[in-house]
Amino acid sequence: MRPASEAEVCDMVQAAGPLVIRGGGTRGIGRAVGQVLETSGLAGISLYEPGALTLVAQAGTPLAETEAILAGERQRLAFEVPDLRPLLGRGGVSTIGGVVAANASGPRRVQVGACRDALLGVRFVDGRGEVIKNGGRVMKNVTGYDLVKLLAGSHGALGVITEVSFKVQAMPEVETTLVGDLEEMAGLVALRAALRSPFDVSGAAYAEGRAMIRLEGLAGSVGYRRQALAAVLGGDWDVMEGAASADLWRRVRDVAAFADMAGAVWKLSVKPSDAAEIVASLAALEVQAIYDWGGGLVWLLVPQDDAGAVRVAVAAKGGHATLVRGLAGMTAAVFPPEPAGVAALTAGLRAQFDPRGILNAGIMG
Amino acid sequence: MEMPLPDAAILSRKAEIVARLLGVLPTDAVIHDPAETRAYECDALTAYRCAPLAAVLPRSTDEVAAVLRICHEMRVPVVPRGSGTSLAGGALPTADCVILGVARMNAVLETDYDNRFIRVQSGRTNLSVTGAVEADGFFYAPDPSSQLACAIAGNIAMNSGGAHCLKYGVTTNNLLGVTLVQMDGTIVTVGGPWLDAGGIDLLGVICGSEGQLGVVTEATLRILPKPEGARPVLVGFNSNEVAGTCVSDIIKAGILPVAIEFMDRPCIRATEAFAHAGYPDCEALLIIEVEGSPAEIDEQLARIKAIALTHDPVEFREAADEDQARRIWLGRKSAFGAMGQINDYMCLDGTIPVSSLPYVLRRIGEMGAECGLDVGNVFHAGDGNMHPLILFDANKPGDLERCEAFGADILKLCVEVGGCLTGEHGVGIEKRDLMSVQFAPADLEAQFRVKDVFDPAWLLNPAKVFPLEATASRRAG
Ligand SMILES: Cc1cc2nc3c(=O)[nH]c(=O)nc-3n(C[C@H](O)[C@H](O)[C@H](O)COP(=O)(O)OP(=O)(O)OC[C@H]3O[C@@H](n4cnc5c(N)ncnc54)[C@H](O)[C@@H]3O)c2cc1C
Repeated sequence: MRPASEAEVCDMVQAAGPLVIRGGGTRGIGRAVGQVLETSGLAGISLYEPGALTLVAQAGTPLAETEAILAGERQRLAFEVPDLRPLLGRGGVSTIGGVVAANASGPRRVQVGACRDALLGVRFVDGRGEVIKNGGRVMKNVTGYDLVKLLAGSHGALGVITEVSFKVQAMPEVETTLVGDLEEMAGLVALRAALRSPFDVSGAAYAEGRAMIRLEGLAGSVGYRRQALAAVLGGDWDVMEGAASADLWRRVRDVAAFADMAGAVWKLSVKPSDAAEIVASLAALEVQAIYDWGGGLVWLLVPQDDAGAVRVAVAAKGGHATLVRGLAGMTAAVFPPEPAGVAALTAGLRAQFDPRGILNAGIMG
Repeated sequence: MEMPLPDAAILSRKAEIVARLLGVLPTDAVIHDPAETRAYECDALTAYRCAPLAAVLPRSTDEVAAVLRICHEMRVPVVPRGSGTSLAGGALPTADCVILGVARMNAVLETDYDNRFIRVQSGRTNLSVTGAVEADGFFYAPDPSSQLACAIAGNIAMNSGGAHCLKYGVTTNNLLGVTLVQMDGTIVTVGGPWLDAGGIDLLGVICGSEGQLGVVTEATLRILPKPEGARPVLVGFNSNEVAGTCVSDIIKAGILPVAIEFMDRPCIRATEAFAHAGYPDCEALLIIEVEGSPAEIDEQLARIKAIALTHDPVEFREAADEDQARRIWLGRKSAFGAMGQINDYMCLDGTIPVSSLPYVLRRIGEMGAECGLDVGNVFHAGDGNMHPLILFDANKPGDLERCEAFGADILKLCVEVGGCLTGEHGVGIEKRDLMSVQFAPADLEAQFRVKDVFDPAWLLNPAKVFPLEATASRRAG
C-alpha cells in the first residue's frame, strides 16, 4: 500500500490488519510482520525558513532531497544522519520519516544531541487511524506532553509518522579533525579528555587504530581550539581539514569499516569509560569494535551468533545492546530487554496508541 | 480560574489519612495543622491560593513510594512540589490533596567527570547542581532565572529553559535518566548515564509532564565543561522589524550566540527608571552574548557587528571589561523587578516563529491600547519565546480578569501565527483552558491516554494542564 495523503493513511490503517510501515526500507530493524505500508507517497518540503532555522517536511520526503535543500542555504540537519545501507546490505531511498522513526543520529550526537533533540513537531496516524499532532515548528514549546520525543525512535510502533519539523543548523565555516595513532585504551582516554575540555568537540571516535577528534566553527576559532586541544592532550596529532576530515567522519557515521565484513553487528549504548572493558570481556569471541560518542556508542562486529554473551557483557556494566545486523537464522531479540517497570509502561503506551496491535507488530519485543 | 470542588469524603477522612502517613514518615515530615499547611497554598502564580489537606516531606525514594501507595489506596489526589516557583500554578494544591514536597531530598549521589554526568536527588536546586561541579570546571546548562530557588524536580516537570538554551538546549536535552515513582508506588528507573535509553523514549515524555505521570525522585544530568569566557553586546534599533531581521541574519550567518535577548520600548523605559543601566531610549534593544576564548569572542562579535551595522542601529555597545558586561545585562536582569515596581504584572510565555515578531509586537500594542492595559515585552529572540509582561492593579476590582483575558488573547495570537501557548513555564492551571486553541480533541485525547498508562486513576496533579471538562470523566474514575 502506498498512500498519497495523510487522509489515505487513516483509511488504510482503519481498514488494515497487521502493517509493516516502511519509509525507504533502508534502516528499519526488528522483525515486524504484515502488509507493507510505504510512506514514499507523502513527500515534499512544506516549509523552510532559513532565518528561523526551521524546516517542515512530509514523512516520505527523501533524506537526500531534504539535505540538498538545506545545503542550498548552507544549512544541515545537525544530528548527522548515518547511511547504513552498505552496512545492512540494502538499497532504496532513505526517507526523513524513517530517520525520525529510528532516531538515527551520528557522531555529532555528543555535541548537539540526537534526532529527537532537533525534532520540533510531528503529525502521525495512530493505530486507530486518527491523525494526531504534537509539538510544532517553534524551538521552545512545553505545551502539553511531549509526544514528539515519544515518536522519535518508536520504530513505527506507535503510529505512522506523516510530517516532521526540525530545528536545523548552519554549516560551519570550517571543520578540522585531529587524528592520533594510538592504542585503543590510550585513544579512548584521549577522546574523554577532549570531551572534558572547553573546546566544543563535535565528534570523538576511535576506529581502525586511530583516535579522531573533530572541531567545527569559524576559521579563527577552530584554529585556536585545535592548538589548545593538542596541547591539552599531548602527543602527536595529525590534522585533517575540510573534505578529508568529512570523509573520515562519514566512515565512522556509516560504520563503513564493517560493511564488507561478515558477522553480526551490534550497537551498544554504554557509559563511555566502560566501553573498552566491555569489549575486552568479549575478546574470546574475536569481536571488533568502532567507538563513537567518546566511547558511549560501540559498534561491535561479532563473527558468530553469541547474542547471549553480548547482552550479558553489557548488562554487567549497564547500558543497552541492539542487534543492528543479524546473521542468517539468528533468533535473538533485536531490541534490548527492558526492566519490568519500563516494559510495562512501554506495553501500556503501545496498547493505547495501537489497541489492535497492528503497527509493526513483533518489533521491539 | 476554576478548580474542581474538593471531595467531601476525602476531607472528612483527614484524620485517618494523616495517621496513615504518620505510619510511614517521621512526625516532622507530615504537615497537617492548617496554620502550617498554609505555607503550601500557592506557587509563584500567587493570584490563586488554596491550602492542601496535608503536606509531606519525604527523604527517600522509598518514603515517596510509601506515601503514594497510601494515597493511591485511599484515592487521595497528590500534587508534587519542588520549590514552588512555578509561574503557571503547576504546584497549586486543591483542598483535598496531599502536597508531596521533595525539598528535603537534595543530595548529590554521584559525580562523574570522565563520563560527564551528575546524579542528584530531585529536590536539589538548579544552581546548586552547578555549584557541586563548578570548582572542577563544569556546569549544568539549563539556567532558568529562578535557578537560585527552583528544584531539578520542577525543572524536569516543566522542561524548563533558561537564558542560554539557544546554544545548550532546555532541560529535556540535558536529562539522561530519572527514577520515577508512579502513583501506585511502583518505582521505575528510566535512562541512565548513557545516551539514548533504547526502546520507546519514556524519558522524553516524562520530562515536561508537569507532575502528572509520576514523582521524580532522582535525576541523571549531563554536565558540560565551562567555556573559557563570555561577553555580551548591546544593539539598539528604532524598529522592531529591523531588530527582528538582524536576529535572523545573525542566525543565518551561522553564528551561534548563547543568548539573544530582546526588549521593547515600554520595557526599556521601565528598566531604565528602575535600574539605570544606561540603555538607549529606542524601540528595540538586543543583548547578544557569545562564548569562547577572548580571541574567539572577538571573532564572533566582529561578525555580529558587521551584520548589525548593515541595519543602521541607533547604538552598538561593546563591553570592554567585566563591569561594562555586567551593565549590559543589568537592565535585562532587572526587567521583571522593574515592571513589578510600576504595578502588579502577569508574565506570559508564548512562543512564535521569529519571522512573525514585528507583526505580533504590533498586535500586542494595539490590543493593549484597546483594553487599556500597558504591556512590555522581554523576549528570547533567538528561539521566539516571548515574555509579554502585562501590568494591572490587583486591588482594582476586575483588573485581574481584564488582564487574564488580554493574556489569553495574546496567547491565541501566538498560536494563530504558528507558535504555541507556552515555551518554558508550562500549562499548569494558567493555560489549561486554552489548550483547545492549540490542540484538536484527538491531539488532547492522545495525551490523556499517556496519563491513563502512567496514572490510570488520575490522582497525580489531576486538575492541571488539560481543560477540566475534557478530563472530568477520567478524574471521576
Ligand atoms: C522569578 C522567576 C523567574 C523564572 N524564570 C524562569 C526561566 O527563566 N525559565 C523557565 O523555564 N522558568 C522560569 N520560572 C518558572 C519556574 O521557576 C520553573 O517552572 C521551575 O522549573 C519550577 O521549579 P520548582 O522546583 O519551583 O517547581 P514547583 O513550582 O514546585 O512545581 C512545578 C511543577 O513541577 C511539578 N513537580 C514538582 N516536583 C516534582 C517531582 N518531584 N516529580 C514530578 N513533578 C514534580 C509540580 O507538580 C508542578 O507541576 C521562573 C519563575 C520565577 C518565579
